Amino acid sequence: MTSIKPPPKAELAAAGSAPAVALHAGTSDPRTLIMRNLRQSGIYVAFVVIVALFAFLTDGVLLSPGNITNIVLQYSYILVLAIGMVILIIAGHIDLSVGSVVALTGAVSAVLVIQQGYPWGVGVAAALAVGIAVGAWHGFWVAYVGMPAFIVTLAGMLLFRGLTLQVLDNISLSPFPADYTNIATGFLNGLLGGQGYDAFTLFIAGFAVIGYAISVYRTRLARVRYQQSVESFPLFVLRVALVAAVVMYFAWQLAHARGLPIVLIILAVLVTAYGLMTRNTVFGRQVYAIGGNLSAATLSGVKVRKVNFWIFVNMGFLAGVAGVIYSSRSNGAQPAAGNMFELDAIAAAFIGGAAVAGGVGTVVGAMVGGLIMAVMSNGMQLMGIDQSTQSVVKGLVLLLAVAFDIYNKRRAGATR
Amino acid sequence: MISHKLNEITAIADSTTVIRDGRTVETLDMRSGDVTQERIIRGMVGRDLDSFYPDRVSEPGEEVLRIEDWTVWHPIQPRKVVDGASLNVRAGEVVGIAGLMGAGRTELAMSVFGRSYGRDISGRLYMHGKPVRARSVAEAIENGIAYATEDRKRYGLNLIADVRANVSAAALGKLSRAGWVNGNEEIKVAEESRQDMNIKTRTVMDVVGTLSGGNQQKVVLSKWLFTDPDVLILDEPTRGIDVGAKYEIYTIINRLVAEGKAVIVISSELPELLGMCDRIYTLSAGRITGEVPVDQATQEGLMSFMTKESS
Repeated sequence: MTSIKPPPKAELAAAGSAPAVALHAGTSDPRTLIMRNLRQSGIYVAFVVIVALFAFLTDGVLLSPGNITNIVLQYSYILVLAIGMVILIIAGHIDLSVGSVVALTGAVSAVLVIQQGYPWGVGVAAALAVGIAVGAWHGFWVAYVGMPAFIVTLAGMLLFRGLTLQVLDNISLSPFPADYTNIATGFLNGLLGGQGYDAFTLFIAGFAVIGYAISVYRTRLARVRYQQSVESFPLFVLRVALVAAVVMYFAWQLAHARGLPIVLIILAVLVTAYGLMTRNTVFGRQVYAIGGNLSAATLSGVKVRKVNFWIFVNMGFLAGVAGVIYSSRSNGAQPAAGNMFELDAIAAAFIGGAAVAGGVGTVVGAMVGGLIMAVMSNGMQLMGIDQSTQSVVKGLVLLLAVAFDIYNKRRAGATR
Repeated sequence: MISHKLNEITAIADSTTVIRDGRTVETLDMRSGDVTQERIIRGMVGRDLDSFYPDRVSEPGEEVLRIEDWTVWHPIQPRKVVDGASLNVRAGEVVGIAGLMGAGRTELAMSVFGRSYGRDISGRLYMHGKPVRARSVAEAIENGIAYATEDRKRYGLNLIADVRANVSAAALGKLSRAGWVNGNEEIKVAEESRQDMNIKTRTVMDVVGTLSGGNQQKVVLSKWLFTDPDVLILDEPTRGIDVGAKYEIYTIINRLVAEGKAVIVISSELPELLGMCDRIYTLSAGRITGEVPVDQATQEGLMSFMTKESS
């Protein structure tokens, strides 16, 4: 950057000087803090409220070790889909076909492992390869032919559902061998021993919490060094402590059930990797730029077609991962698998703060959005509420959650 | 009538209220005939502006950009939008392009800038005398060309992102290693731009959509300066900007050429071109119809070139 010597201060200053910027190393004014944090943490607050509500309504069963484990196992594949979906939504696209792709990838894996007797690794590899191929297919039509993603993936929804039926010859295949089903239903248990609880789970969770605390602290330090405003130190400690408490409680419950689910490890790795990718890489920045203003991104030198292509390939890959998890969990492949999965993934992304117009959204937000829906579904199931009412409630929650988010953003004037 | 165009106000208004930063400064009774444009400016800016355009000394150096025989066809219609245009600009020089609406000024600039407009583009481009290809925006930027668009909100800025992200948008490569962005450097660069250009915003994390037109334009200029270009093409750089901010932009342009950059200004305001440029090209129906050094240029003379049927 060429260093430009400032012009005579008098000239620019008199033209209406910049107000003296009050850069504070920390602020404790409660109203400012609540407003600022409410904006950013709206969905976390909502999540806590919903968990508390259903914990109360189910007499605490919701938070029992067995049930928490269940929630993780039941919804992991939707969360995996939501990661890919939120990235597409940020870039201004959507993918309506992921349910069909989950079915197709599961079907391919089942045909190879169940019918043809290949080892589980082959099934997994084939599922991922098919997912990537589907992603490339969509990516080609959207990025290089220039068609709207809505249409391309709507066509894909039909096309890949049809292919699933052909691959399966319209019958369900099962069962998978144990080493395959272990992916979605297996646990890491007893690696470090423990009486009545699994020490390994607690150890891993503790490790993750410490890693999180260090990372957030270093970010704060850097912000202070660059004279950006940060919350006051006591509040910072409180926030980290809250997160640590929630994670350790969660881990405690898991440790007292069957230990650390393998899917949770898969999910944690994916969330970390994609979270870092969207926040800290050039590619991630370009996804946000494309979603925020496509023309401006193009004229800034962003290779729009390349980025669009690869985010669809990525969605296909993650749909393949979800396909493996789902087929592993349901111990087989069914022609009707994956029905409506795309809607759950899309809802998760939007509840988590993504915007319809694009340019906004986060991976972590989509996870919290997905968990909100997972807790709701699970809680209602525990309460014995029938499917139709569950559907009504979910629809209303999606509507109100996004309305609240939009209201918040508007009031905040969109400052961070 | 809400306007920046002071000549219209002095011609028509009965009373003028001057507003600055959301507050009323004063209300002037225009009927006495004493209120001049300068008087209004004093209310808007807070002091007298000796002239609309800062002084500059012009010392052109080596040629930086040369466009030869540039022809561009309309993307859909069977006609040429730019027809055999040739121009050049030297280091330390401000060159203007004047033309009526539809003359092809923006189309010329956008087609040069990575073929962002048009089809069947032909012609030759030279940077520092060497032929270059700018077949994509990224290639153009790599070759030292920068283009600040006409409509900054639609083509120049990501309005929902913060100042920091907008400043780094065209040169993320400079802030990253192996695809990994150094977030702290990014903030630092944005902060430097904020101070250098006097961008009025609380911090660089403020969303660009909340900034005024003049400050948004400064963010756009910051973005392009960060790419370290040799030639900057500025398309209507002061459109929709108040008098005080306009002066700041002109000052920035003068600083850039003093440092050896080459600047092309596309503008529909002839007084602006006359006040800022060393040479002015006129474009009419896609053809360069004239090239006039500023000391020989007049509004009438330029206008006659701009309306010429063919050269």
